[in-house]
Amino acid sequence: MTQHHAETPLAAAHTPSERWREKAHPGPATYAKAAVSLIFLTGVEVVIFYIDPLRSIVIPLFFILSIIKFALVAMFYMHLRYDARLFSWFFVGGILLATSVIVGLIALFKTIFV
Amino acid sequence: MATAAIAHNPVTFWDRVWVWLTTVDHKRIGILYGVTAFLFFLLGGTEALFMRLQLMRPEQNMIPPETFNQLFSMHGTTMIFLAIMPLSAAFFNLIIPLQIGARDVAFPRLNAFSYWTFLAGGIMLNTSWFLGGALNAGWFAYSPLTGLTFNPGHGVDFWAISLILLGIASTAAGLNFIVTIVNMRAPGMTLTRMPVFVWMTLVVSFLIVTAFPVITVALIELAFDRAFGFNFFNVTAGSNPILWQHLFWVFGHPEVYILILPAMGIVSEVLPTFARKPLFGYMFIVFSGISIGIMGWMVWAHHMFTVGMGPVANTMFTLTTITIAVPTGVKIFNWIGTLWGGSIEYKTAMLFAVGFIAMFIIGGLSGLMHAVSPSDAQQQDTYFIVAHIHYVLFGGSILGIFAGIYYWFPKATGRLLGEGMGKLHFWLTFVGFNLTFMPMHFLGLDGMPRRQSTYAADMGWNLWNMVETIGVFILLASLLVFLYNFFRSGRSGQQAGADPWDARTLEWAIPSPPPEHNFDTIPQVHGRDAFWEQKHPHAVPVPAGGANGQLHPAEHHGAGHEPIHMPNPSYWPLLVSVGLCIAGYGLIYITHRSPGAFGLNLGGLAAIVVGVAFAAISTFGWYKQPAAGSEH
Amino acid sequence: MAQAAHAGHAPEHPTSTGLDNRKLLMWIFLGSDCLFFGSLIATYLINYGKSLVGPYPHEILDIPVTSVSTFVLLLSSFMFVLSLAAHTKGDYRAFRVWVLCTVVLGCTFLGFQVFEFQQFVHEGLTPRTNLFGTTFFTLTGFHGAHVTIGVVWLLSLFFLSLRGKLGPDKNLSVDIAGLYWHFVDVVWIVIFTVIYLSGVVAGAKAAGG
Repeated sequence: MTQHHAETPLAAAHTPSERWREKAHPGPATYAKAAVSLIFLTGVEVVIFYIDPLRSIVIPLFFILSIIKFALVAMFYMHLRYDARLFSWFFVGGILLATSVIVGLIALFKTIFV
Repeated sequence: MATAAIAHNPVTFWDRVWVWLTTVDHKRIGILYGVTAFLFFLLGGTEALFMRLQLMRPEQNMIPPETFNQLFSMHGTTMIFLAIMPLSAAFFNLIIPLQIGARDVAFPRLNAFSYWTFLAGGIMLNTSWFLGGALNAGWFAYSPLTGLTFNPGHGVDFWAISLILLGIASTAAGLNFIVTIVNMRAPGMTLTRMPVFVWMTLVVSFLIVTAFPVITVALIELAFDRAFGFNFFNVTAGSNPILWQHLFWVFGHPEVYILILPAMGIVSEVLPTFARKPLFGYMFIVFSGISIGIMGWMVWAHHMFTVGMGPVANTMFTLTTITIAVPTGVKIFNWIGTLWGGSIEYKTAMLFAVGFIAMFIIGGLSGLMHAVSPSDAQQQDTYFIVAHIHYVLFGGSILGIFAGIYYWFPKATGRLLGEGMGKLHFWLTFVGFNLTFMPMHFLGLDGMPRRQSTYAADMGWNLWNMVETIGVFILLASLLVFLYNFFRSGRSGQQAGADPWDARTLEWAIPSPPPEHNFDTIPQVHGRDAFWEQKHPHAVPVPAGGANGQLHPAEHHGAGHEPIHMPNPSYWPLLVSVGLCIAGYGLIYITHRSPGAFGLNLGGLAAIVVGVAFAAISTFGWYKQPAAGSEH
Repeated sequence: MAQAAHAGHAPEHPTSTGLDNRKLLMWIFLGSDCLFFGSLIATYLINYGKSLVGPYPHEILDIPVTSVSTFVLLLSSFMFVLSLAAHTKGDYRAFRVWVLCTVVLGCTFLGFQVFEFQQFVHEGLTPRTNLFGTTFFTLTGFHGAHVTIGVVWLLSLFFLSLRGKLGPDKNLSVDIAGLYWHFVDVVWIVIFTVIYLSGVVAGAKAAGG
């Protein structure tokens, strides 16, 4: 069995691999939809910021909205949705660890937006 | 290119220096790490020797308290960051590509950069001795003692900036080794067919890249407080200095696993070889290592039991800390299982490996005692903790590292270390080490506090302190024996050949020392202990392991010449390190400072600008130089 | 062992996973950088509300202005996505246009940051003033430093492309630069939510507003 350098032209390089459950990269339409969603969600955040009756629940709402935005950028712009799962594990692992550190420290200092 | 030409045909002494300055070969980088780290180890040992001379008798003033404070602070910092970690890095560099059947690491120039930045950080840290005094607040540098109010000199700044540099070096290396291990294994070497040393290196590398950013942030906060008057640890501004302790130990606890797991990996290689048996419970050992890595993130505040976190926090961290003893114990039982029924050959490497197990058990037991927070209330800040630390770090990491040195010295140099001298070295070490650190258990429980330069004559501590100092001299003798053995064997030791130990893993399949390209042909791996399987095909049932379970018939790969591309040597990594070092000095001196007053120091600013520019330009040079190298 | 090329990039040499070393390196680095920003954010949150003197977040943070800069950075990410798509298709002129747009938007964001910092100093908030000043300037300052490095990186790609040195074989380099840029954007999403929006709401509530 010989090893060969994978000198595939770019077109063939788009062949997704089954092993990592990769999919072909999306076209500009998907990216545009993601962009619009991101701008829309940011707009929603800004709007609900100014809605006084929502003040008591607005912070959890901010967090939910920003998680969605985070996921959109990660999945589509950074194409984690289309690339090897391994990349997602590394990135999500880092995010989870960072979040745990933040949560742990907040718990120990008994403070959250106090 | 000229550098490559010199590399292949060094003529003069300066040619040879150039080869080492521009090397990107993992084996040479490993040797650089090993030699440098050992020198720092001797430096850290000297710092310990001075402390023990001072403590030999009560109420001495041979070394005044201010100097003593610097000694214990630098001893800890040096041993952890400049000795044990880079000694482990030496083995990562020398051995990992060989054990996975690769020709080098994933990013050879980044590898060189890690070494030069480590050297820069180590030198920078130790210049503090001559530039106004070294760190004096303990290697963990608690706030507010490290603030300008109590520490107006530059010792803390040297420590903080040097550690940032060291962190950059380690993080780069961690990233490099993760990619190397994940992506550059020989065909057929699935993850579950990797040697345990490779697994431990992988876990350690993940710990490094996730833990070092945390301490880097803490160090930046400290440095900015001191240089610019920020308020991170400023009590008068309302800050809680305990934040420093939390950030430090969130890093610090994974750090101690970074310190011990490589030695555990080494021991997992040495035991099977000299017991003539496969490692017992491979999967258990691997999973225990992974568990230790993950759980190491959940225990950090056991270093802070006496700080006043409250009973809920103390209890939770007691529970997590006790739990982490479980995977550690699993490893120990599996190592014993490896020895059990084996045909044991007591070469020096094996003596150190078995010594590791025994000493680490003792260290682990005292650790378990600290884990119980009410008990820790008595033990904290006493010599009982010092005993624990040294049983796990010296009795553990250092003994493990010596095992690795005796085991792999023949591979790196082609010569065996003398066995007679080796055994003498071991026994002197074993006796000296226990004499030095065992009595610390008693002294600690009797209340002798740590980090104090002297003690009263009527405490009943005089005898044990004297014994401990005698122990240090025995350790000194052991090191002299080792150094003699090292230099003599290096020059005229017995020729080792490729496989002096009849060992099990791939590094023994190639000549000693290995050629630059490591393997003539990349091996095809069929199971664990890949080399053993090559030597004794089908003699011992080998678990197929991994997804790729079929056995392949013996194949001949790349018969004739597949072109081997080795990377070109490069001076860019060294230059980037130099730039960062200059910028680091600038950051230390960036302002004239005192609490409340901060005037810009133009010299410091200039150094930062020059250093960053130098590093940036060198980075562009690095990018422009092609990664792929010349053909062999 | 050589694997089938995955979507986007066949590695130059065969690798165990079939994935390129450099792309793997960037993703692990980004995971590591999460811990860096996580520690800064943790420091910020722990010190939130503990400042003994003002200015306080709800008094000084300007949501309308920062919303605009957030839009700008989000848009810059979209520009870069378009530049990568152009490069992949082989349209290098479009690539350069979109990269330049990304750079311009990135610099605009940095301009907003500089403007904001100057405003704050003018209104009496420096890193030395109180805990909020220290933690705010450090966190957003390091984010800004990351953006700056990104701008330099993207400009380098632009000039390399101008000199014809960024052909199809360098598509991975563009991809990796994009990953870094999007990461910086994603961190800003977190900062905007946690520091700006939540900070002002919580601060106003605490002040009885």
